Amino acid sequence: MKENLIDIYIMGEHHQVPDSLTILQAMEYAGYRLVRGVGCRGGFCGACATVYRTTGDYHLKFALACQTKVEPDMQLAMIPFFPAHRPRYRLSELKGTADEVLRIYPEMLRCYGCNTCTKSCPQDIDVLGYVSAIVRGDIPAVADISFDCIMCGLCVSRCPAELVKHHAALLCRRIYGRNLAPRSEHLQKRIAEIREGKFAHALAELKGLSKKELQERYAARDIEPEE
Amino acid sequence: MSYPSPLQELITKVKETRERRLKETYPRLKPEEKEKLLKQFHPDYRAETFATLRVGPNAGDRTPKELAALLEADSSLDPNKLALESPDYTCDVLVIGGGGAGCAAALTADDHGARVIIATKLRLGDANTMMAQGGIQAADKENDSPAIHYLDVLGGGHFENVPELVEALVTDAPEAIQWLENLGVIFDKNPDGSMKTIHGGGTSRKRMHTCRDYTGAEIMRTLRDEVKSRDKIIVLEFCPAVELLTTPEGEVAGAVLLNLNLNSYLIVKAKNVIIATGGSGRLHYQGFPTSNHYGATGDGLVLAYRAGARLAFIDTMQYHPTGVAFPQQIVGQLVTEKVRSLGAQLVNIQGEQFIFPLETRDVVASAIIRECSENRGIKTPGGVDGVWLDTPMIEILRGQGTVKRELPAMVRQFARFGIEIDKEPILVFPTLHYQNGGVAIDPFCSTNVPFLFVAGEASGGVHGRNRLMGNSLLDTIVFGRRAGKAAAESAQKRPDHLNLTLNHLEKWRRLLKEKGVETKVFSPVLLPDYTRKKA
Repeated sequence: MKENLIDIYIMGEHHQVPDSLTILQAMEYAGYRLVRGVGCRGGFCGACATVYRTTGDYHLKFALACQTKVEPDMQLAMIPFFPAHRPRYRLSELKGTADEVLRIYPEMLRCYGCNTCTKSCPQDIDVLGYVSAIVRGDIPAVADISFDCIMCGLCVSRCPAELVKHHAALLCRRIYGRNLAPRSEHLQKRIAEIREGKFAHALAELKGLSKKELQERYAARDIEPEE
Repeated sequence: MSYPSPLQELITKVKETRERRLKETYPRLKPEEKEKLLKQFHPDYRAETFATLRVGPNAGDRTPKELAALLEADSSLDPNKLALESPDYTCDVLVIGGGGAGCAAALTADDHGARVIIATKLRLGDANTMMAQGGIQAADKENDSPAIHYLDVLGGGHFENVPELVEALVTDAPEAIQWLENLGVIFDKNPDGSMKTIHGGGTSRKRMHTCRDYTGAEIMRTLRDEVKSRDKIIVLEFCPAVELLTTPEGEVAGAVLLNLNLNSYLIVKAKNVIIATGGSGRLHYQGFPTSNHYGATGDGLVLAYRAGARLAFIDTMQYHPTGVAFPQQIVGQLVTEKVRSLGAQLVNIQGEQFIFPLETRDVVASAIIRECSENRGIKTPGGVDGVWLDTPMIEILRGQGTVKRELPAMVRQFARFGIEIDKEPILVFPTLHYQNGGVAIDPFCSTNVPFLFVAGEASGGVHGRNRLMGNSLLDTIVFGRRAGKAAAESAQKRPDHLNLTLNHLEKWRRLLKEKGVETKVFSPVLLPDYTRKKA
């Protein structure tokens, strides 16, 4: 397949790269051997958050470099590390109430609703939506809305009120997971059974079987139906 | 819709056959049929891509050529240029690696009163754990038991797994889930609190616990947040280990780190070292694309091997059956097994099923390779082969909106390239996914080298020759915690004074010479090199 080359600018430097590449691949094509600004390469880790604009346009745009294709005249910059504030807290020492979140992150009350955070999120999360939920103390809503956050910090980099939303949301999710989500009775029961040694005999028996006997047991397993 | 027109036409075939396929179940293969399929098509059986190791504890064993080159390589260190007598850091437990196993180990060692340092190559949490979408297994439901889980694990691993390790895995599993919940991990649950669980390839019970399709990310970001909340744990980011340190007796006593920011070495004296460096997919065995994290270059295997640790199962790698084959920009990225768990079928160019979608991963991967090598695959515009994974079936089987609800990460990944996976099938081909083997450990994560522990993907034995979905996240937590506890307890018994040397490295260099192994390779390699090679 013939490559269609386009002009891009990395840290101000001109390069020609195939238009089929992602930003990350284009940087490597240009010769950068990346140490920072690269991670899972699959859109999960938030390491490759990047800012760009196109020549002649004043708008700043935000993206994950591993998930976004290059465009002609892109002016690219990597964000090596965004120094986001993160207070120390011990979840186990918290009661799991909404006011604790605002005690740890009091600046959340400074949000004035400009919605820049939402516009800068590469995951299309309703960031302002969950910030509002933090302010009104609705932790389950924060957990739900922010669940897909990959902690890239782009929302923080653009926030005029300097709110560290992704860390505050993570605290809410952890509070939800530990204190508010309903507990599984079957899990508690099974842990107790294991501690009582209920399965020790069955496991010991299986450990003692020959490969052939194991194969027979395996082939004879009953399989839980799909529905 | 962003499929080019030749592919659009082929999709018609998938649509035409869908109604018929909704009613049909492809039969599960008999054991002898599986065996035959694996031998004919699984990459582990391509003899010409393997090398036999000439030096070290595994001399005589075979492993992929790419790994053999690194295991038999030299270190770039010059012992005379390092001031070993004045270490930069001293601790009880040095954890090398900041992924799931590393963080679980560090937290547990901290709980047991140890002074802990985590050294990690990239950022804390930059690891394969972060990318695990599918789920985590634990036999915690009424119709299930650790014994049933045990049998599933063994069947998946071809009955060659180390039984004691499997026993530890399945017995600790429910407690691992509870530990994660107490740290704030949000599992998918029903309103009554019971876990929503699903099948994975090779499971006989629905025991896959999920956090939407961000299971690994949810676990990893929680562990990372907890590590950062601990006052006493020191985290050294962008500081990969490049060599272990040993006493004159050959016992492990720390490591040499390379500060990637300053390009300078750091000496860490540690009473115990836990290697939790993860996998090696970025070595691209046999030229396969990989679903692995950028840092997955097998460093831990190299470090441990040079210090005398025995490796296990290093002749078997896992190729995840469904890596992305199109679009080109994300080739090799993972399409989670959950997609098949939810009901999507694998279909060839004729619109025919060719394998039961939830056979074990090695079997499904082999079947896809067979279809493609016998011309029943689909050639993508990028020149890659693939088969269809019929994702719209999920919507028909489980109701509209299921795909968006259950697979938000997948939806997003494809939507970025204009493909709507709830409406269009996707193209997949096996991708290098997991290092089944690694450093041989006992159930307490000890190795044959004193004071060296290993946990997570860098260890070998628990998964035998093939790992089931959902057992790697479980492995990282179960053995991470076990390693942390064992290392902390061991540190209490070891004296403070340790004589740091690189004697094992000198010994290694002598061995290479004795065996006539000439190498120009230096390892560990730390990061892959994807810069364009100009002709």
